[in-house]
Amino acid sequence: MDSILQIDNLTVSFNGFRAVNHVKTEVEKGEIRFFIGPNGAGKTTLLDAICGRVKPQSGQVLFSGNLDVTRYSEHEIVNIGIGRKFQVPSVFTHMSVYENMELAVVKDRSLYSSVFHKLNKEQHERIEEILVTIGLYKKRLNTPKALSHGEKQWLEIGMLLAQEPKLMLLDEPVAGMGRSETDATGKLLEKIAQNCTIIVVEHDMEFVRDYATKVTVLHEGAILDEGSVSEVQSNQKVIDVYLGRGGEGECLM
Amino acid sequence: MTEANDRNSQFDFRRLIKSKELLVFAFLILLLVFAPLFLSIFRINLLGKFIAYAILAIGLDLIWGFTGILSLGHGVFFGLGAYCMAMYLKLEAAQGKLPDFMSWSGLESLPWFWKPFTNSALAFAMAILIPTGLAFVIGFFTFKNRIRGVYFSILSQALAIIFSVLFVGQQAYTGGTNGLTNYRSIMGFSLSSDTTKLILYYISLALLVVTYLFCNFLVKRRIGRILVAIRDGENRVRFSGYNPATYKIFVYCLSAAIAGLAGAVFVPQVGIISPAEMGIVPSIEMVIWVAIGGRGTLIGAVIGAILVNALKSGISDSFPDVWSYFIGLAFVLVVLLMPQGIVGLVKEMARKFKQTPNHTEHLSTDKAA
Repeated sequence: MDSILQIDNLTVSFNGFRAVNHVKTEVEKGEIRFFIGPNGAGKTTLLDAICGRVKPQSGQVLFSGNLDVTRYSEHEIVNIGIGRKFQVPSVFTHMSVYENMELAVVKDRSLYSSVFHKLNKEQHERIEEILVTIGLYKKRLNTPKALSHGEKQWLEIGMLLAQEPKLMLLDEPVAGMGRSETDATGKLLEKIAQNCTIIVVEHDMEFVRDYATKVTVLHEGAILDEGSVSEVQSNQKVIDVYLGRGGEGECLM
Repeated sequence: MTEANDRNSQFDFRRLIKSKELLVFAFLILLLVFAPLFLSIFRINLLGKFIAYAILAIGLDLIWGFTGILSLGHGVFFGLGAYCMAMYLKLEAAQGKLPDFMSWSGLESLPWFWKPFTNSALAFAMAILIPTGLAFVIGFFTFKNRIRGVYFSILSQALAIIFSVLFVGQQAYTGGTNGLTNYRSIMGFSLSSDTTKLILYYISLALLVVTYLFCNFLVKRRIGRILVAIRDGENRVRFSGYNPATYKIFVYCLSAAIAGLAGAVFVPQVGIISPAEMGIVPSIEMVIWVAIGGRGTLIGAVIGAILVNALKSGISDSFPDVWSYFIGLAFVLVVLLMPQGIVGLVKEMARKFKQTPNHTEHLSTDKAA
């Protein structure tokens, strides 16, 4: 299979502290890849490096074969097809759900287009289609203030979908969700994965078991193990540093 | 089907709310159009000054109320626009000779940068272009480097100090502390004549309408929502593929251009511009107008600027010492009790008044919009 993302010898330091240390991995098209590991393992920093939020000290992140994303700024990275969701749901609270989606669905994000161009019919249809998918169609005219925590998460995922990314980075998308919401989110991710690769940072081991194609275990900034869920679960080192401690995910639930 | 109906009624409702704002604006303009029938020319002249402030307030609201960037140095852009206009008026008053303050300071010929201002059209253009250019340079370096929030506010305040000190210091070129005053005429029309004053008043009013309608157009387009989105979650905007810096530079330049225009409208009616008008205190006062009127709504900015200044002239006529306490107290009260200003208060009251169970949901959405 084709790989969509190649992380090559990536190191990110903050004042000498190596949050990500010589990480090397490859993500294939259509995967739902999970990054797991104890707090401080560098999972979020790794996502930050992929989406341009932090600049690595060394190494490369190649997207779609030959684009080195470390040389682009955040909004450019979005425009080449990488979407990022943050841990805390961040949607625009002073406009309706629909208007939130409008800002995301636009392809030409220049000043000129923002003043003069309106959305075309396909874009409106696309928004409605996504709103149905994420279950927010009925609430499209509400502001996100009226949404529950889970619905806000879905809205943000919906906004990412509207950007039509090739790769989606999700930071703890099910944190704070109940079991039924978590399952709904998992189903949503499976649906999205039909046309888009997904990387998820997550603590909830049950969620990981149910939906991961492949898991990367990080510990102290480096990769400890990588493979299917059952493979990493039987790795003694992984059990020692992460799973054996009861799995922080379970504590969260 | 029901959903579609639902949607239509909702959208109509929103349009109504928005057009209500326009309606209020139209009513206000109508009042101002007929004001000369009831007020003395002295009052009209004063009102013309408030209109200049209202123009500025619209621009300030665009950057603060909508985009969430608090500029505490808009007096500079206002002042630069005003000085451009004043230089032209001063040169016309000098009738080809050296302006009076220059000869007092020992200058023998007109400095090169004063020469273009003999041309009225060029001077008007400069009144807008110079503030815009300055805003572009500052905006480019701050917003590109992600200087934001309180750091930007402090920086903008420093700008106000720098410029007022600079203009005081360069007496030979700027008229120093006294500023530029003693104009005679504008494009040949005597500034002391009542007719000229009346015409200037109507020109200011027309420019207020143009500015308002233009900004109203902008905030209703997608860019308006992008600006609000930058205010509410700049990071999300960036990760939705927009470059916030571009939008911030744009809105900073636009609001500087509007401030410059306001300055140019101000000077011929007031007859003086001095560094005192571009320092920190007036810059902060401008922010207070917008806060009191209601930030995030263009009509709020207009109402705030006119109302606060009308009160100011009323109060400081009778009790000159009380004003600064009054404005300070008013600001504190507004921040504590009505964070959305007068417009927010009126909307809230209208909502309570009209609230029926069916309306609740609609209104709560609209209030936020």
